[in-house]
Amino acid sequence: MNPLRASLIRLRALLGKEFLQLLRDPRMRFFMIVPPLFQLMAFGYAASFDVRHAEIAIVDQARTATTRGLLAAVAATGSFTLHYLPDVATASAAIDRGQVRALLRFAPDFETNRTVQIIADGSDSNSAQMITGQLSQALQRSAQTSIGLDPPIQVEDRAWFNDNLDDRPYFVPGIIATIVLITTVILTAMTIVREREFGTLERLLVTPVARLEFLVAKMAAVASVGLFDVLLISVIAVTWFDVPFRGNVIGLLAGSGLFLMSALGIGLLISGYSDTQQQAQLLAFFVIQPMVVLSGFAFPIQNMPEGVQWLTWLNPLRYYLVIIRDVFLKGSPVGAHGFEYAMMAVLGIAALLLSLRQVK
Amino acid sequence: MKLDAAPLILAEDLTRRFGAFTAVDRIQVAVHPGEVFGLLGANGAGKTTAIRMLCGMLPPTIGRIQVAGVDMVRHARRARSQIGYVAQRFSLYGDLTVLENLKLQAGLYGLSGIRRRDRIDAALRLLNLADRQMVMAGTLPLGYRQRLGLAAALLHEPQVLFLDEPTSGVDPMARQRFWELIYTLADRGIGILVTTHYMDEALFCDRLALMQAGRIVAEGDPEALLRRPLPTPILALDSPDAAVFERLAQDWPEVREVIPHAGQLRIRLHAGIDPAALPARIEQAATAHGLTVTGLHPATPELEDVFVAVLEENDG
Repeated sequence: MNPLRASLIRLRALLGKEFLQLLRDPRMRFFMIVPPLFQLMAFGYAASFDVRHAEIAIVDQARTATTRGLLAAVAATGSFTLHYLPDVATASAAIDRGQVRALLRFAPDFETNRTVQIIADGSDSNSAQMITGQLSQALQRSAQTSIGLDPPIQVEDRAWFNDNLDDRPYFVPGIIATIVLITTVILTAMTIVREREFGTLERLLVTPVARLEFLVAKMAAVASVGLFDVLLISVIAVTWFDVPFRGNVIGLLAGSGLFLMSALGIGLLISGYSDTQQQAQLLAFFVIQPMVVLSGFAFPIQNMPEGVQWLTWLNPLRYYLVIIRDVFLKGSPVGAHGFEYAMMAVLGIAALLLSLRQVK
Repeated sequence: MKLDAAPLILAEDLTRRFGAFTAVDRIQVAVHPGEVFGLLGANGAGKTTAIRMLCGMLPPTIGRIQVAGVDMVRHARRARSQIGYVAQRFSLYGDLTVLENLKLQAGLYGLSGIRRRDRIDAALRLLNLADRQMVMAGTLPLGYRQRLGLAAALLHEPQVLFLDEPTSGVDPMARQRFWELIYTLADRGIGILVTTHYMDEALFCDRLALMQAGRIVAEGDPEALLRRPLPTPILALDSPDAAVFERLAQDWPEVREVIPHAGQLRIRLHAGIDPAALPARIEQAATAHGLTVTGLHPATPELEDVFVAVLEENDG
């Protein structure tokens, strides 16, 4: 028989088997759908750096129409609960007792020098920064749009593409990336190790199946689960969480495909070092956790020590995050991230080659 | 059996070392069309390593393997398409049905379309699995699983069949039927190599090889092996007081081993001992303890006795 035709028949048989096993096993169906949705809900609803209902002390010593207008605008954001206090001493006492997170003060001479003072509780530096930023942005915006004043204070935009400083759009695309990583690494490693545990892998060794045919079928099945998760979460992110989708689907799929090469390679490597499914899971956890931490998913890479920053260059998740956030939030042309695509391709090919060499 | 035909399995100087340890040491194997060749030995004697090399799962350190005329070392994939293999442990997919497993195996050997369907139907009929084809393989009873393993190994009509402890854990009736199938296949001219540790099963083989510490230490057809003179005589003692004799005989200097066997005591003596010394001992013990002896005669050697003798010779 024509060797190519025989190889295709073998591949088709193996692919059919992989999909039957994936779709038939209730645990696998669960693994494909429930944890991704759960993570999406957790990050979509619960995890947030945003300030909501922060208690703010207001000391308005100017008491003019302008200050009342500005305060009305701050209240209208819904992010703050305002407490009007008579003087700075009372307000700073309230900060000390932790009753308010920040103090907003209009001095008596506000109409002449247009300076607003914001004092935040610095013991929680992260939320202090957030509160300061959001307060000043609300003040600046209302000063410009409704009252027509020059900006009374210096304000920096926290995120260009996230006007209302809601960080859900920032997190949800990142979740797609981490879920694809977790699902595909663990699935690859577990299904291969399971075949080894059950002796079915050894059984394949006496058939004319080539190692590459076996791995291609396995990876194709896992990759399609990965892409299914990408599409599932994207649709929910856009329809349910109102995350914008400004780029194109081609960019999303191309980025995901390149990223999957790395993820599958890592899964394959883990399978080579694990004798049991539990070992594979544990090893996957130890690999995935640092990859997520060092990717810029939650912590900005610029804030990391320089040595660690260098390490992140080897992290394919870092590049995938850039691309996936761009696809959702910015919509740059695909060519704008040529470097990220190239790095993922390089890392992906390296991971696959390394794993093919390691795994016998 | 066609002994004049070229052997279907031919291994010459087959050797496998793991570091400093030699698992298989220069063994020669030749299995002809229609022959059932049995490989016997204790755990660790090297039979699993040997069968793994012969199936192409493990490359030999030294030696040549030819299966159905194809060099297993150099053209492993072509040689593999000529062999069927049934593992000791069920190693098909428990989460696929009988039919799905067979379709997968057929596909792995490049079968498709009508030919695939015909071969699967034939295998289902031969192994009497037709009414179970929609059952999940993992829920089948052990005997059925074993038959499914054999069905999967036969789909591509291999010339050679390797069976690694195929009947371990299977009930005696199922074992009997399994061996009838093996004969049916051998009659079709397939060369069959089987490993086992059941002595009664070993007797079903056309030829036997006993492995010890990686070497084949005895080989031949079962009858010829049974005719081998034993350096260690064996006596059979019939007595209603066998249990008491068993305890007493342990302390006699001539006695190597006492084995209760089907109401008798089989007494194995040390090599070179004259069995004539024993009747006096037994009589003495009988009078001293008031025991009855109904018979004492040289025992017919069994395969196990032959193998124990061979293993001892090699140890000494």
